[in-house]
Amino acid sequence: MDETVAEYIRRTVLKIPRDEIKTMLQKWGFLSETQLQTINFQQMKESISQDVVQLCEENSADIKQAAVLDIIYNHIYPNKRVWSVYQMKKTGEEMEFFDLTDFKKKFKRLLRSALKNVTINFREYEDNAIWIRIAWGTPYTKPNQYKTSYVVYHSQTPYVFISASVLKSNLPLLCQALVVASTYQDIREMELRSHSLNSLKDIVFKRYSQNFQTYYPRPLQERNVAPESDVRIIQESRNEKERIQSVNREVFGDGPQPQLEFAQYKLETMFKSDHKMDILDKKEPFRCLVKFSSPHLLESLKSLAPAGMADAPLSPLLTCIPQKARNYFKIRDKKSFFPGSFVSP
Amino acid sequence: HLATSLPLPSERDHLRPRIDLIAFMIDIKSKYSLKNVEASLAYVDATFFLGKVCFLVTGVGRANSCSVEMNAIWKLGEVYCSPVLFCELELEGIRVATAQRLLRMLQICAGHVPGVSALSFGSLMRSFADH
Repeated sequence: MDETVAEYIRRTVLKIPRDEIKTMLQKWGFLSETQLQTINFQQMKESISQDVVQLCEENSADIKQAAVLDIIYNHIYPNKRVWSVYQMKKTGEEMEFFDLTDFKKKFKRLLRSALKNVTINFREYEDNAIWIRIAWGTPYTKPNQYKTSYVVYHSQTPYVFISASVLKSNLPLLCQALVVASTYQDIREMELRSHSLNSLKDIVFKRYSQNFQTYYPRPLQERNVAPESDVRIIQESRNEKERIQSVNREVFGDGPQPQLEFAQYKLETMFKSDHKMDILDKKEPFRCLVKFSSPHLLESLKSLAPAGMADAPLSPLLTCIPQKARNYFKIRDKKSFFPGSFVSP
Repeated sequence: HLATSLPLPSERDHLRPRIDLIAFMIDIKSKYSLKNVEASLAYVDATFFLGKVCFLVTGVGRANSCSVEMNAIWKLGEVYCSPVLFCELELEGIRVATAQRLLRMLQICAGHVPGVSALSFGSLMRSFADH
């Protein structure tokens, strides 16, 4: 077995939390059940990984099998990567029947014709998700297995989730291969990025609880006997609190929000100054970048008004994120007084 | 009585007892909180500022998440001639101690402590803060 493959398998196993190693190796299916029995999964991870490499030696693993283990790891822990969402377009009428073998063939052919040294692996999952792992090389070097790109394509939808590695230069080629293989015509980046792959899917497939304009009747006074925390405390602003709750509910809906970590607004607006002194002599747009970050951005926005940290309703620039399916915005001046046109070039 | 802002809703005017002390709470982590307090101050009758108003600044335990500048708070206390108290609500000991202070102030403002008026107590607190 190749040295590099052995090292790669060893490092992949080391990434897995100790309690999960056995299940993941079973999912992998490359080592037999009897072989797995011989490993002591209670010892230190370094020793476990070496035992695994030893067994893979016996089975003569090659890079293709090792890559499958990597896909399984990334499928279970997708949140370690940053995912961007792309949307493909076709001007034709209906969707043609999706042929998986055809897709894989065309994809591999296009990538290999452009780049000789590239490792491509596919793995299909339920819900029509195709996971593609690509390790990039150059015409002169072997593929770097540690700098991989991942693509998750749901074949019944025009959406592709890409976790590109640092090798951004390969992105156009990757996009082209996807478009050709899936018989679409065009692909565009949706300005929607997050660590949480499932949340991105929720936003794009509209699986989160959306706010519908329903009429919430005010509860009858008699029924409003929720026990007070302390009878001696009198809440004067109960009406205001209820208003905030209902506005929040209208905007965010009732269920859990998709998990995003950032919202970024690039301002290309003119600096507006009433004073006589012209701070900027040249009438140039004032460049400014506003970035909101949080472990769970949408939930924290939802809790701002009830916590008394902001007015309700919040600015539509913040609340439109799930509906518009984007969290990176460019804001330019509009002629009217309402600033903002979410137009990206 | 707890309120998130002033003026108080007028429909409950007839149910409200006499107000002896108004404590404006400012969360040092939220500029919005300071803005809210400044807006609400406009609705307070001038007679309250003779010792029946105080500013309570909360969240001082976390020095690294301060959003409100101390100068702004001192200025507020000066302009409205009212004492500024600091506390950290998340620590039970400080919470209890602050509650006891406020209760003592309330007793004085309600006139339950003979010989000490709200105004004299207020000016006592302020002269102490100036030094």
